[in-house]
Amino acid sequence: MADWRDAVTNMVYEGRIKVPYLWSVGETGSRFLEALRDRQEIWGTRCPQCRKVFVYPVKHCGECFVPIGEWVRVGHSGTLESFTIARYAHSMQPVAPPLAYGLIRLDGADGSLLHLIGDADLGKLKVGMRMKAVFAPERKGAITDIRYFTPAG
Amino acid sequence: MGKRAAIVGFGQTHQRSSRKDVNGVELINEAVQAALAGADMGIEDIDAIVIGNMDHFEGINYVDMWSAEGTGAVMRPVMKVTTGGTTGTTVAMCAYYHVASGMFDKVLAIGWEKNSESDTTGAIITAFHPVWERPSLGGAIAGLAIEASKYMHDYGATERDGARVAVRERLHALNNPFAHLRQEWMKGIPIAQLVDMIVGSEQNQVLAYPLRMSDMCPRTDGAAAAIFASEDFAEKLAPVPAWVAATTNAHNFVYAGDVNMDRNTTLAEASKKIFKKAGIKEPLKEIDVCELYLPYSYAGLKWMEDIGFCKYGEGPKLLWDGVTDMDGELPVNPSGGVMSSNPIGATALIRVGEAATQIMGKGSARQVQRPVQYALAHGFGGCYWADMMLLSRKKPD
Amino acid sequence: MDKIAIVGVGQTKYERHKIDTFEEMVFEAATKALADAGGEIGDIDNVVTVSNDFWDGRTISSMAVQAAAGSWGKDISTVEGDGTFGALYGLMRILSGSFDTTLVVSHIKGSEGVMNLITNAMFDPIYQRGLGIDATSAAALQARVYMQATGYTEEDFAAVSVKNHGNAKNNPYAQLPKSITVADVMASRKIADPLKLYDCSPISDGAAAVILANQKGIKRFKKAPVWIRGVAHCADSYNLGYRDLARSRALKKAAAKAYQMAGITDPLRELDVAELYDAYSYMELMWMEGLGLAPEGKAAEMVRSGATAMGGKLPVNPSGGVLSSHPVLVAGMARLIEATLQVRGEAGGRQVKGARTALAQGINGPCGQAHCVFIVGS
Repeated sequence: MADWRDAVTNMVYEGRIKVPYLWSVGETGSRFLEALRDRQEIWGTRCPQCRKVFVYPVKHCGECFVPIGEWVRVGHSGTLESFTIARYAHSMQPVAPPLAYGLIRLDGADGSLLHLIGDADLGKLKVGMRMKAVFAPERKGAITDIRYFTPAG
Repeated sequence: MGKRAAIVGFGQTHQRSSRKDVNGVELINEAVQAALAGADMGIEDIDAIVIGNMDHFEGINYVDMWSAEGTGAVMRPVMKVTTGGTTGTTVAMCAYYHVASGMFDKVLAIGWEKNSESDTTGAIITAFHPVWERPSLGGAIAGLAIEASKYMHDYGATERDGARVAVRERLHALNNPFAHLRQEWMKGIPIAQLVDMIVGSEQNQVLAYPLRMSDMCPRTDGAAAAIFASEDFAEKLAPVPAWVAATTNAHNFVYAGDVNMDRNTTLAEASKKIFKKAGIKEPLKEIDVCELYLPYSYAGLKWMEDIGFCKYGEGPKLLWDGVTDMDGELPVNPSGGVMSSNPIGATALIRVGEAATQIMGKGSARQVQRPVQYALAHGFGGCYWADMMLLSRKKPD
Repeated sequence: MDKIAIVGVGQTKYERHKIDTFEEMVFEAATKALADAGGEIGDIDNVVTVSNDFWDGRTISSMAVQAAAGSWGKDISTVEGDGTFGALYGLMRILSGSFDTTLVVSHIKGSEGVMNLITNAMFDPIYQRGLGIDATSAAALQARVYMQATGYTEEDFAAVSVKNHGNAKNNPYAQLPKSITVADVMASRKIADPLKLYDCSPISDGAAAVILANQKGIKRFKKAPVWIRGVAHCADSYNLGYRDLARSRALKKAAAKAYQMAGITDPLRELDVAELYDAYSYMELMWMEGLGLAPEGKAAEMVRSGATAMGGKLPVNPSGGVLSSHPVLVAGMARLIEATLQVRGEAGGRQVKGARTALAQGINGPCGQAHCVFIVGS
């Protein structure tokens, strides 16, 4: 006797979860993004205990678990601590692949910032390279107001 | 055998409809700092952290990882548990089991919500089956409206009965500086008149019959944190620790259509289990205060019956007799309950924290004015899931 | 710690595009675990399910599988994180004295969603998500930091892939058993430099379950117990740029605690086999170092020398590891199951001779932010 499964065509439903969000940036993050947008300045905050400077700035230090009140301006230049070139596509990418990401330690910061690498020969990227922030001509108060980091000559 | 555990601290943010000054991690940190400060502890005293929320309500995947810097989880054990609306009690239970296992002495339980950031109904609908249920589902309000309708039909309860529950919650909230909805205008007006006003108001919009705006809970931003400690530390950390006497739950249903609309059977099951475990024979007499997760008014009638505080159909009588008011035999929701504040991921944890607060005697204006030996906390969510935690002043045997 | 054992294990085959629903997979894993233990659902006192809302495309993802996990009338909870964390919670619930047995079951259908978007959602919505970062591109960043710190090469990473895909040939549950060479890995399609196709784990569907019991509870079952000798978990910080991505200090801390509980002072000598969470090839080396199985900077040498191959001093991932099957959330539980089968002597073609003490590791969060380490033994 034939199994009923042999006569069934397995269906697949296509769906999408569309749940909109409005993420609060908070005062600290808002100040940082405003500075990017309005003055092309990059700011961080410094923990009173461990003295680390965080870029992007944070309201409290996760290691020391204390609030942070000191703001420190950092430069537009930094060192490339890591990079990758993503060669696959998906809908959250701001540009089509090959798409390079970097962890850039800005001069004055004690850790690195995740961002895009642009206007670069991707084959010549090296850890330790000097990088420079390039700001977007039209900025709206987002991390992408820095358009990308590019190798600084 | 396990260790006995007690709540030694509880902190919460002031619940508001929208906290734009902080991001989610910062909001969580506020509750954590409040809990630690309240217990005179530092993060270095914490051995493990448990956190919960519903991913799609904030749009954050792996929230325990994302919030590590704010919860104190950096270089500490952290675990996420989540079960829908019951998440807060699930978090409390998880923290309790961490301590009761003997593996951790002091555990931080965290619940939070930035409701202002999300389309809650949109997210709730995704709790249901994409093929069988989602296309026809009306979200949480419609589901509760069906229950209310049936209850009114089966037992003759009226809109006035529902409104009386709402009035109780709102009046209680006036004593709670942390509550979201504080209807100051209600002060000094007799209860029967308040009920008339609510039922008679044309501005009181019908959402899904019989539920009107006044019957529902708000959408709130807030975070809460509770500290559970083992018997080796509890008495040193709090003058009056709130011991966990028993905890149970029942999450039986999978599909919305499976839910028994006659009676809240999972609540009844969880209640029977917990009273048996704790040796409670006459709940109405023996329990001194309750913090129940009543997401809407009619639950304050029907679910009292399902828990076993009174017979079926007698919920309204319990209410109108004043039994559940602050000076009644069994005050319900001195905090104002879920109808006054609903930061969903924190809501059920706040029930636990508020129950603990009553035992600890830290309720200030909302403190029940009689000795509190037993405080019952309850969580609700999903397909009529029920979580229960019974706290006691006396250390369990 | 009271003696708690794993008395039953069950896994579905790991593969892409399973037709089974979440419930069907969970039911399969749970019933297999019960059959393995020689017990029935009535022998289970409470249940812990493991799932993730983003991966399932369902808020309250646990709701879909309550019945399939046999939770009717029982206390039940849900961990959202790797299966090892779920098993740990199931263990705690027994140690509390409230229950004698726990069924823990995890599930995932990686093929139903878009992995890149789901893992992109792990990243901060304000500062990172809009850049399009996902688990793989983040892992690639970590891999390069690791190479910089250790001097390891892509070939060193490739050797892990070769070993593990080869080992998978002995594992009937594995998705990608393969005979490949380092040259094959090096020639495979670039995904996110330095990671190539064979440095990455696949997209997988599947479910797995374990049954835990205390000394009273094991009497309900027939299977010989495998004891949990030590277990610990720990998380690192979230901000990728402020973590030392080359050193898994959280893993070190968790491992130290687990070893201490198990009374292990020389893991390389006292462990017979290890199942590690190699979501990407380089991770196996990094976790070996974090676990103290190799001194820092020496893990690659151990792999090259064959010390971690079948027949070596300490076989790592005889099952084929996560590179061969990556049902997210389930994979850590699968490591625990494999470790259990090894200690039982039931690992068939992938059995490490005379294995008495095994280590299983699960990870959670971007670039292995959090870890859970189990030591099991006879």
